[in-house]
Amino acid sequence: MATHSIEHCRRGDDAPVPSAGPAATHSRRTFVKGLAMGGAVAGLGLWRPAVQAFVDTSPSVATLDGSDFDLTISETLADFTGSPRFALTVNGSVPSPTLRWREGDIVTARVTNTLDEVSSIHWHGILLPANQDGVPGLSFNGIRPGETHTYRFTVRQGGTYWYHSHTRFQEQRGMYGALIIDPIEPEPFAYDRDHVVMLSDWTDENPDRVFAKLKKQSHYYNFNEPTVGDFVRDVRARGFGAALADRVAWGEMRMNRTDLSDVTGATYTYLLNGQAPAGNWTGLFTPGERVRLRFVNGSAMTYFDVRIPGLSMRVVAADGQYVHPVSVDEFRIASGETFDVIVEPSGQDAFSIWARSLDRTGFASGTLAVRAGVRAPMPELGPRPLLTMDDMGHGVHTGMPGTMSDPPPSNHDAHDAAAAAPPPDAPHAEHGVAPPPPDAEVGHDMPAMVTADAAMQPHPSSERGNPLVDMQTMMPSSRLDDPGIGLRNNGRRVLTYADLRTLFPDPDGREPGRTVELHLTGHMQRFAWSFDGIKFSDADPIPLTYGERMRIVLVNDTMMSHPMHLHGMWSDLENDDGEFHLRKHIVDMPPGSRRSFRVRADALGRWAFHCHLLYHMAAGMFREVRVDV
Amino acid sequence: MRRLTVLVVGCAGVVACLSPHAALAQPATPIPPVTDADRAAAFPDVEAHATPDSAVHAFVLVDQLEWHGGDTHAGPSWDSTGWIGGDQNRLWFRTEGDADGGHLGEAEAHVLYGRAFARWWDVLVGLREDARPGPAQSWLAVGVQGLAPYWFEIEATAYLGTGGRTAARLAAEYELRLNNRLVLQPVVELNLFGKTDVERGLGAGLSTVDGELRLRYEIRREFAPYIGIRWRDTLGDTSRLAAAAGASAGSRRLVAGLRLWF
Repeated sequence: MATHSIEHCRRGDDAPVPSAGPAATHSRRTFVKGLAMGGAVAGLGLWRPAVQAFVDTSPSVATLDGSDFDLTISETLADFTGSPRFALTVNGSVPSPTLRWREGDIVTARVTNTLDEVSSIHWHGILLPANQDGVPGLSFNGIRPGETHTYRFTVRQGGTYWYHSHTRFQEQRGMYGALIIDPIEPEPFAYDRDHVVMLSDWTDENPDRVFAKLKKQSHYYNFNEPTVGDFVRDVRARGFGAALADRVAWGEMRMNRTDLSDVTGATYTYLLNGQAPAGNWTGLFTPGERVRLRFVNGSAMTYFDVRIPGLSMRVVAADGQYVHPVSVDEFRIASGETFDVIVEPSGQDAFSIWARSLDRTGFASGTLAVRAGVRAPMPELGPRPLLTMDDMGHGVHTGMPGTMSDPPPSNHDAHDAAAAAPPPDAPHAEHGVAPPPPDAEVGHDMPAMVTADAAMQPHPSSERGNPLVDMQTMMPSSRLDDPGIGLRNNGRRVLTYADLRTLFPDPDGREPGRTVELHLTGHMQRFAWSFDGIKFSDADPIPLTYGERMRIVLVNDTMMSHPMHLHGMWSDLENDDGEFHLRKHIVDMPPGSRRSFRVRADALGRWAFHCHLLYHMAAGMFREVRVDV
Repeated sequence: MRRLTVLVVGCAGVVACLSPHAALAQPATPIPPVTDADRAAAFPDVEAHATPDSAVHAFVLVDQLEWHGGDTHAGPSWDSTGWIGGDQNRLWFRTEGDADGGHLGEAEAHVLYGRAFARWWDVLVGLREDARPGPAQSWLAVGVQGLAPYWFEIEATAYLGTGGRTAARLAAEYELRLNNRLVLQPVVELNLFGKTDVERGLGAGLSTVDGELRLRYEIRREFAPYIGIRWRDTLGDTSRLAAAAGASAGSRRLVAGLRLWF
């Protein structure tokens, strides 16, 4: 199955390519998709070419530098799979051009919409006046066909962010780009070279059709459902009793333990900087250099697990904000998140940047290389993870197995066994026990939730008897130190939220004056998603008082992960002691998790708060947060 | 507690520098005062946020579109259902029927309003119209349908017809995945009647038991050819009426067809 060895470099380079090494067992479908060159084909005369400064060897993504921008939204023919499709582009490319701003500048962006539908650009993670946020129906009315809309605001932060359409499913059709803001103050780390790594998912299908299919048959894209064969294998591995008990437990809940992603590699081609794996985006390095990689997950629906085999990655920023540096072998990045890592490649000519989807149905990849045209081996996708009852906060929470020291499991069953019976010395085995009480001397007004780990989770009354709520977690926990499903005990150092600590102390410093608890809810079969069982269109805004410091507690009552994104203000994630821990604009919420973050309501106006999985947001997991005096 | 808070207020600035974990009464970074310009920027006059979260969708499943052979006359048969609506309220249709040897054997259609009332269950109210067998007749229909534990799909419907006729139907089906495209689908359906209907050959009580087993291959999710078997047993008075009419008490049929949805 030498699926990689016969791939060729993009741009018609006929030079033979080194073999991919380990036999990969990717499906033929992945392979066929991989053959396509990828990238938007510009030059249909639909857009005005802007001044383009190329970033190294990535010709499809331009970087536009400065404080004054003319951006044009148009339809551009793109070919990621072998079948050309019209993508929605900004200045003709997928991804959209990388914009490079400077902190302190007043940025002006004139955005012209040449589509025959309303469009928008939202500046993801950026602090700005509410009418510049780019969410139709909250910030403005959208950019109408033929209209040029001018955004203008002062840039008040530095770091790696991104921008995308916030209109219907346009983001899925290609409208996303990286945003780099050079800070005023020097950064607390040094590097010699800088590459953006934009991860995304592409489908040749019309996203409206994808959404409609999910509404009609929510498992449409899951071709990994439990089969009779799986049952037989399970019986062989664990005995009939255990295998049957497992099926009975899941059958009773009417849940499917393979439901990891609603949209999968069955329709998606995963892209890295707009290139399918065969396109092999290549970022250059000189041996010995420190290379900063700005990872952005610009996908609509995909969690990526990212590795660069052979290199340790030093994470220096999360969601644009500095963290205490932490070196890892692998990290999971949720839709909407950004991570800045520094790597020091040397000793070989090429390293694969390898980002497999959480459900293991495909991967995005590219190469760090000393010159274009060389490739490095890529790992195997590995076994598909299976959800456990423990993952969803059900039954007795037995604690997370260790993240590093345990031997790698060889298959699902070993993984399950490890999850069910952690070794006695597992570092996090104390989970499920109330953490030490918070420091009472400074007058913490601790809500019950931090110490309520071991208690049954209460639920909002709006979930009771609600036909659009198919599950409630029983004993959720923060899981901050859990690498997540499919990444535990894999023998590698895997990043967790517990590892990420913001470099600076809480810039606000106040204790939250109150707590708002919201539950993430859904119904898998009906593909309905909501907060507290109430969809956006049936919900009232969440009121915040200007200037207050408050706490939002999220509880995940579904079996899926949700990257929760609050616009306009930071989400300051708290640690298990209720302290300021990590400044984010996306708080990822795995199944069975209960996490809290602080909000400083210093941005007047109407803001979106939603799941960053596009079809979950569309289905109703969206609320307006209204900050008023 | 209050005393501690006062203490914290008193040395807020100092504490902010000395201990990142100490709580402040005033923000270390001041909250900017709100200007009129801020207010104008914050609450622009905009249209409502458009969302597809309450969009109307429509689903048509042609579960069976098949040709049957076997020990009676060969012919086509169909079974289809579908809905139009949102997550909770839907207008449903059901229709099924068959033809034997060139004439319509059974044919019926339902139109139902359905509302999700529990996690896995919809309640339905509507009309059923039978074109065959015998002269056309109408029923009021009330029922539930949904997903029972262990993934059994259940339909249970009670009927009230003209002249005080009553009937009930209970159907259960399961999808056994041999692999992710090859699916074995068993179906069991029971029909009960409140009183004997000699004209249509239906006896009071449990009248018919239908068993069906289809093996389909999902070329696409929406397009799956299949083969299968269907059998029907008549019971009690229905069986005696059939015997009196010289008909067989049951049937066995091989079927081949297509399952489609859109």
